[in-house]
Amino acid sequence: MSEGVSQADQEQELSGNSPDLFSKFDPLIQQREDLLSTGVTDPFGLVMEKVLSPTRAICNGRDTILLGTYNYMGMTFDPDVIAAGKDALDNYGSGTTGSRVLNGTYQGHKECEEALKEFYGMDHAMVFSTGYQANLGIISTMAGKGDYIVLDIDSHASIWDGCALGNAEVVPFKHNDIDALEKRLKRIPAGAGKLVVLEGVYSMLGDVAPLKDMVRVAKENGAMVLVDEAHSMGFIGEHGRGVAEAQGVIDQVDFIIGTFSKSVGTVGGFCVSNHPKFEVLRLVCRPYVFTASLPPSVVATAATSVRKLMQAGDKRAHLWENSRTLHSKLKGLGFTLGTDEPQSAIIAVIMPDLERGAAMWEALLHEGLYVNLARPPATPAGMTLLRCSLCAEHSAEQVETIVGMFERAGKAVGII
Amino acid sequence: MPLDKAPCEPLFRLIRMAEASPLQDSIGKIRMDRAETDARIRTLIEPFNKKGVAIGDDTTFANDLEFDSLTVMDFVAAIEDEFDIIISMNQQAEIENYGQLVDAVTRLADGAGA
Repeated sequence: MSEGVSQADQEQELSGNSPDLFSKFDPLIQQREDLLSTGVTDPFGLVMEKVLSPTRAICNGRDTILLGTYNYMGMTFDPDVIAAGKDALDNYGSGTTGSRVLNGTYQGHKECEEALKEFYGMDHAMVFSTGYQANLGIISTMAGKGDYIVLDIDSHASIWDGCALGNAEVVPFKHNDIDALEKRLKRIPAGAGKLVVLEGVYSMLGDVAPLKDMVRVAKENGAMVLVDEAHSMGFIGEHGRGVAEAQGVIDQVDFIIGTFSKSVGTVGGFCVSNHPKFEVLRLVCRPYVFTASLPPSVVATAATSVRKLMQAGDKRAHLWENSRTLHSKLKGLGFTLGTDEPQSAIIAVIMPDLERGAAMWEALLHEGLYVNLARPPATPAGMTLLRCSLCAEHSAEQVETIVGMFERAGKAVGII
Repeated sequence: MPLDKAPCEPLFRLIRMAEASPLQDSIGKIRMDRAETDARIRTLIEPFNKKGVAIGDDTTFANDLEFDSLTVMDFVAAIEDEFDIIISMNQQAEIENYGQLVDAVTRLADGAGA
């Protein structure tokens, strides 16, 4: 990956002195070059050579604990999930080669949607090929010209891209600020359609939204509410339905967006809703219509995993235990964390700058620990983060090992 | 079923909006409010103008004032609260310099932009 972008000085020559369209990326190319010239391993070029379990892989020939995979519930190697995928591969083939609205809806896609309806206790479910496309499609299709989308400024890229694809007026408000949301809702002209877009868990710092108050404010002002529960599904709430369930407002949320690529352990996205006209979206939502549907093996693994997650109370409890332990021990070592208390399965360790963040990331990798290095513009307030996501399959011993690795790497790099 | 519709419309959204911008409407009335709007925005921008750049109508936010996206967000929120208006992202995309901002806020505060 890095080889292809390390040639900032080589301009393409175009006739008529036209500019190389890639010139706009020169500052980023330079930043990468500067970083890599310090000798640090490319943090965005890691290859998992072998994957041993939801929590272990071989990286650079080294047995590595995985602490940055979003594989919250460890379903990727669940025997029932794998068996369902193999069976579908044998009986339905490797792919659908078609759109959901043409030849791409198999029995497995309908069964997957049934599983989601049961999981959330909702009337409708629509499965997309990725979580990104679920946000892209639902947001851009639902909010049209003259409508207003009011969204948290720290929203995921897929939400912003959904706004950019559509024609609605886009109004951001300060992260998790209930007053800022309310003020903007009250300023929207009378008669305009309103969609409030929130997330249950914000993935960069792992903090939770005050959904109880925000959903109330949205409803008082006549807005429909969409909540992206990508990072809470399967884990937060009594039935694992997410932050809206945990805060007792799931029945007032109009649309929940989710993904199969985190707790469910495969790939795909979905929207569930009780809206009586929801099914019309299958005909008008372009990111649903104009792409091939998920392969049969993927929807089979997703449906099996979703159904198992309904009964995963013990795993949820163990994951909370892991999150609390790691949070308190890292805090005790003197690291600066994204939240004062553990609010989710994400623990963000705030780095002083990109250089020391990359050095710390590499030191951890040498210890045998993989975490995500997150940097601007993906992060809020220009922060560099080492983002840790815990798994229900991490043993208590692994969590202790992880703490020891952080201590040694943090001291070596001079962060603690 | 809209299987054959070309997806071109959103791509031209900003261009179309820029063309339709009614900044030139009712010049006489706006000129009266514009001076007051200018004065209030000048006060609001002070804490964001860290380098003390001299501000005129053609001062740009990205280049002259070097506002990053976070600064833009905080600055826009301050203006929105001061004038009790919304400046949507779509409208922000049309505003590059200080004069355009004063024009837009004058129009929005007048209720014309709603």
